[in-house]
Amino acid sequence: MPDKLRSYADQLETLARQAGLDYFPVDFELVPSSFMMEVAVYGLPVRMPHWSFGVRYIYQLIQHRMGHSRLFEVVFPGNPGRAYLAHNNSVEENTLVTAHVLGHADFGKNNMLFRRSQEQVGYHIVEQAAAHARQIATAVEEHGEARVEAVLDAALALEQHIDVQRPLRRPRYPYYLADGKKPSSDEFHTRFDSLDEEALPEGHTEKRPAPVPPQPEYDLLWFIAHYAPDLEDWERDIFLAVREESFYFYPVFACQIMNEGWASYWHARLLSEADFLPQQVYLDAIKTHSDVVRPYASGQQVALSVNPYHLGFSMWGKIVEAHGLTEARKIMTEDDDFSFVRNYLTEDLAEELSLFGYTAKKNGEVKVNKADIDDLRESLLGGKFNFGAPTVCATRVQTDGTLELQHEHVTDGRGLHAQRAIKVLEYIRRVWRRPVMLHTLDERGEAVMLTASAG
Amino acid sequence: MSSDTETGGVDRQDSGWYDLFSRGARDWLRHNEKVRNAVRKSLPDIVAGADVLSNDGNRTVQVPVRFLEHYRFRLLDPGTRGGVGQGSAKPGDVLSQGRGPQGRDKGSGGRGEGGLEFVLELKVDDIIDWLWEELKLPDLRAKSGSLEDDDYTREGWDRRGARSRLDKRRSLKESIKRRTVQSQGPIFINDDLRYRQLIKRQRPTTQAVVFFALDVSSSMTERDRKLAKSFFFWVIQGLRRQYTRIESVFVAHTINAWEFNEDEFFQVRGQGGTVASTAFETVASIISDRYSPARYNIYMFYSSDGDNFREDREPALEGLRRIVAVANYMGYVETSPPSRAGLDTEIGELFQQLSEDGLPVGAYALSEEEDVWEAIRSFFRQQARVTP
Repeated sequence: MPDKLRSYADQLETLARQAGLDYFPVDFELVPSSFMMEVAVYGLPVRMPHWSFGVRYIYQLIQHRMGHSRLFEVVFPGNPGRAYLAHNNSVEENTLVTAHVLGHADFGKNNMLFRRSQEQVGYHIVEQAAAHARQIATAVEEHGEARVEAVLDAALALEQHIDVQRPLRRPRYPYYLADGKKPSSDEFHTRFDSLDEEALPEGHTEKRPAPVPPQPEYDLLWFIAHYAPDLEDWERDIFLAVREESFYFYPVFACQIMNEGWASYWHARLLSEADFLPQQVYLDAIKTHSDVVRPYASGQQVALSVNPYHLGFSMWGKIVEAHGLTEARKIMTEDDDFSFVRNYLTEDLAEELSLFGYTAKKNGEVKVNKADIDDLRESLLGGKFNFGAPTVCATRVQTDGTLELQHEHVTDGRGLHAQRAIKVLEYIRRVWRRPVMLHTLDERGEAVMLTASAG
Repeated sequence: MSSDTETGGVDRQDSGWYDLFSRGARDWLRHNEKVRNAVRKSLPDIVAGADVLSNDGNRTVQVPVRFLEHYRFRLLDPGTRGGVGQGSAKPGDVLSQGRGPQGRDKGSGGRGEGGLEFVLELKVDDIIDWLWEELKLPDLRAKSGSLEDDDYTREGWDRRGARSRLDKRRSLKESIKRRTVQSQGPIFINDDLRYRQLIKRQRPTTQAVVFFALDVSSSMTERDRKLAKSFFFWVIQGLRRQYTRIESVFVAHTINAWEFNEDEFFQVRGQGGTVASTAFETVASIISDRYSPARYNIYMFYSSDGDNFREDREPALEGLRRIVAVANYMGYVETSPPSRAGLDTEIGELFQQLSEDGLPVGAYALSEEEDVWEAIRSFFRQQARVTP
């Protein structure tokens, strides 16, 4: 880090602590923008190899070459946290970015979802992901690229299908129903289970083997890792490695608006209070700020999506103004994007930001519709439920080992894209090594069963 | 933090240990490798494109391929999608016009990743290699024929030569020999140096001749010829990969038969009826004149629409028997419309009979360009099974 930036960074940290920001130490590192691009594609500085990352990388590269996006920084929560800054950015830009990173670091240490995930995954996800990458390199040496790739095809395709309501490490299902206790941690399940037990006839002591899974299982990575009939140990390890990274990614995904907004709020606030910055540095930094949190691409009046930086930044500004910083910190600690948007995106703010709802038809027609604040909120959150993926659970393993999956079309409102679903079933079948079937709806809304079997 | 921007910014010093992390490029290469493998599986379809044949000078084909998609569970595309936008717009405003009922490409979901295409350029020679990898030549007897100049081989030493061929061991020996008689003197003088000598060596080569016989009577349509031509093309490509020396002989017939060169062969048009025996006799006599079965692996492929004069049945069968007695393999492709692909024709029955006698022959009905590779596969697999 150049001296000038180092000195600004130190003074910004002092300012941040005075303002009440509370974070683990952050290791700053200046890196080439090509490296930043890879980090953005992989989500982690070192990560397991897979051809699909290559495809994403090329898209990112094309975007970059066409000048559509520019990455300023990537932050990884942890103790210590890590922040990568692009070394071809100006000192002014990186000053702003440093302040921004401190906001993220505060968020990462205190937000409940982040805290939970840090406690489970450990405070060293960067190192752990590197260990996973090494583990996979070893597997490639021992078992060959094709076999490892088959496991990764399946595991990474199911990346979004974890159950974050349940802990990262959880025991296998109990063998017998009459044992009573089920692996439930929350109040509802405990209560539900006791109801179940009361229902058993008096004096009923015979143990009945529990079906697998005993209840619909939403954590497909966990389920396959533990119950695939012929899975080898190294294959299970790969599934669990992917799952661990997925647990790490969940809060990043589920708190994007809050987190980016919080960091933007703090970089703006710290810079405005940083009287040690030369006027020019401040002006340049503020200009960068407005580039980042602007709602539209330059020269346009309308955007068909909402910039989460801009939305989050505006919301935090209003919250601090209306409720004070203490209350804002409390919200930051307890909420995720769902409760944040539902509770704090007010009608006034939506109007101020000129948010509007629209419907886009398949033929490309986009029409602005009448939308009240509830419509806007749900529409903003629509793509975020369940990691943005359809809800699919494992319901049964048949006696011949056939795996039955169920798509919960009632909650999703419609069926699955059948060709893609069958491809995913084929990925799974290669590790499950028995037929795999999935119940969902077809284009006409009628129940269908998709199958992948050997051959 | 990221932003939309107009300029990408040029990297000043993208170097150092971060280059070790060029995993994006590495995974992209792996993707491309998978695409190539996927293309390999569909090679027979690419082969079916007849432009491969006419494109002799350039000899590459361009195959458009899509980026591979890593599939995930996704919801069906809804008829209409809702969203939230920002900016100056009132209910009822149409921000973007529809593009007619056909709509846009289907791959528009999933960040548009399904949509991009790139072009893979494949060498025809590579395609042929890949295709022939899985096949075996029928009954390869590896008969040795003429002598062929092989590479240079090492033999003996010379006092002059290229620096790279200096034999240090041998030179040291010479130096020791010299110094045992010459008490004084430098360790090495020019006369001590010895260079390895290279000479040309000859070794025998496996060789083959393949006869292509074609019915060019008036019943053979343009389509029939094209099918036969593309079949012959792939056969000879494959054989050329197996033998160091291969000669091809082209014979066309109507009620008479003539030998042609390759260029003329596919242009020939005949008139009138069909007497296949004339072609078989011509082939048989060329064999006895020019291609001793002791030195040549002999193949014949015959293509016709199956018609032949009834009276010619016995002579034709006789001619075929003469050829098959000395040939490694004899194949027949019948070009016929899909409606009557059956091989229950005059010629088809002759080959049927020879096959029942346990002779190395095969027959296949070709009705479309797509069948060509299947035909080749049927010949060369079938025969590979017969030969131990």
